[in-house]
Amino acid sequence: MVIAAKNLTLAYGKNIIVKNLSLAVGPTTVTALIGPSGCGKSTLLRTFNRMNDFVPSFRMVSGNIHYRDLDVYSNQVDPVFVRRRIGMVFQKPNPFPSSIHKNITWGPRINGFQGDLDHLVESSLKRAALWDEVKDKLNSSGLALSGGQQQRLCIARAIAMDPDVILMDEPCSALDPASTARIEDLITELKDRFSMLIVTHNMQQASRISQNTAFMLNGELVEYGTTSQIFNAPAQRLTEDYIMGRFG
Amino acid sequence: MTKDPTNNDPTNNDPANNDPTSNDPTNIYANGQAAREEGFTSSREIHLEASFLDNLARRRVQAKVFALAIQLATCMALLALGILVWRIGSQGLPYLNWNFITSFPSRKAERAGILSALVGSATIIFMTTIFAVILGVSTAVYLEEIASKNKFAKFLELNIANLSGVPSLVYGMLGLAVFVRIFDFGRSLLAASCTLALMVLPIIIIASREALRTVPPSTRLAAAALGATPWQTTYHHTLPAAMPGVLTGIILAISRALGEAAPLIIVGGVTYIAFLPTRLTDSFTTLPIQIFNWAGRPQEEFQSLAAAAIIVLVGLVLVTNGIAIFIRTKLENKNRW
Repeated sequence: MVIAAKNLTLAYGKNIIVKNLSLAVGPTTVTALIGPSGCGKSTLLRTFNRMNDFVPSFRMVSGNIHYRDLDVYSNQVDPVFVRRRIGMVFQKPNPFPSSIHKNITWGPRINGFQGDLDHLVESSLKRAALWDEVKDKLNSSGLALSGGQQQRLCIARAIAMDPDVILMDEPCSALDPASTARIEDLITELKDRFSMLIVTHNMQQASRISQNTAFMLNGELVEYGTTSQIFNAPAQRLTEDYIMGRFG
Repeated sequence: MTKDPTNNDPTNNDPANNDPTSNDPTNIYANGQAAREEGFTSSREIHLEASFLDNLARRRVQAKVFALAIQLATCMALLALGILVWRIGSQGLPYLNWNFITSFPSRKAERAGILSALVGSATIIFMTTIFAVILGVSTAVYLEEIASKNKFAKFLELNIANLSGVPSLVYGMLGLAVFVRIFDFGRSLLAASCTLALMVLPIIIIASREALRTVPPSTRLAAAALGATPWQTTYHHTLPAAMPGVLTGIILAISRALGEAAPLIIVGGVTYIAFLPTRLTDSFTTLPIQIFNWAGRPQEEFQSLAAAAIIVLVGLVLVTNGIAIFIRTKLENKNRW
């Protein structure tokens, strides 16, 4: 298992967001987290690479998370180490207000990358299917790109770190359908190299791109299985109702 | 009512709009007048109650009166500035020559100059800026980026807000007690710079914090997700993005510090200095102190020398601010969002 959460209970202040949840994600798979708004899936996702450390009221009430052999929330673990191995793509594209080149190279550079930076830029952009569109303007601002291109730049930026896992928090929700389709293709191509966890509101998207699907409701994991099983033969009544659009 | 047959715009069925005398659709008042004169006869017209039209006319008058009032207020400020510039210029310009700038002060008005005051002001403002920027920006970064909203940070915040309201004389007393006496800097350039730095510190801290707050949180999260430490995030992304706002604070601080005489007189600025400072512990004078001294003398010539020195001081403020604004514009172009 690459990431394993065990008996996890998470809270913001007094509000319990995730209740006693256990979930394990294997290597080189795409796992979709689905569920209605406010069910705790984004909170869960951000807990895997300790991005919730920036929310002052966040508390881990009980349980633990392991990334491979590493206890992610152990006192001895530096969150920087976790985030260097577990990358993240955010809901809204957030490139740095600097050149495309620097957007890609900054992360590796601050983490002690020794290799050829230009080569890294090219390979990362190619893997993010953005190279052909930007190869002539690597020194122009990342913010000058369209929304879909910006999001692919953010994916390229995450890939450039050569992570083990990439977390994506509704990566397509701010994009138009054409850009969404490109990102989905990209995710499918990348799954051979990385484990990916994707929070999505779009159930068609979950069924298109993921191998495994976890359905969450009110902070609890209702059902977790292969995507075809969840969508074609859900074991729980609640899962079926949600997938059929009867609530949420 | 004549209707233009070529006008096919279905929304444009207001009779007033088709009236050739009031075809400006933005002028609602005129349109309302026209509509009232024509009366409400056709069912195709927009129906407006007379009470609305009277009310609208009143509101339009109100708006015009208000616009006039604020224009007048602006003109008053400009007028005062204009009189000041004219008076200072007509009085000081005849005395403003190269000799005035390169001479030391003298008891004889025709030989007196501002060399020591100009050098003093330039040195002090240079050091003040360095001290205040290092301390002020660091404090702002600590409060915004590092300190969580704990009691200590809240206590600091309250104190900084209060410090910005403390009269400059009090800073002079503080400088005298702390820098001149306790730190034993003497009545020196160093003590003066430290005092002024302390005085403008709140301005820089408050402006820098505002600037840091405008940097989108998503930038900080993006950096953190790439394995950046908080310091790397601040140094490479947050602070550069906030730099234009920080520079605005620095501009305000420099302008304030350049014009201050009161705290420096308390710290020990003297008016007759016939040498250029060679060490930071040398005694000092500055342009505002020199102006204050000259303006207080009964002789007409010294009054005019004060006016000439004011022109130089204003020039110095404009030059330093110009440099800061130039840097800010360059940075703004670089980090456009």
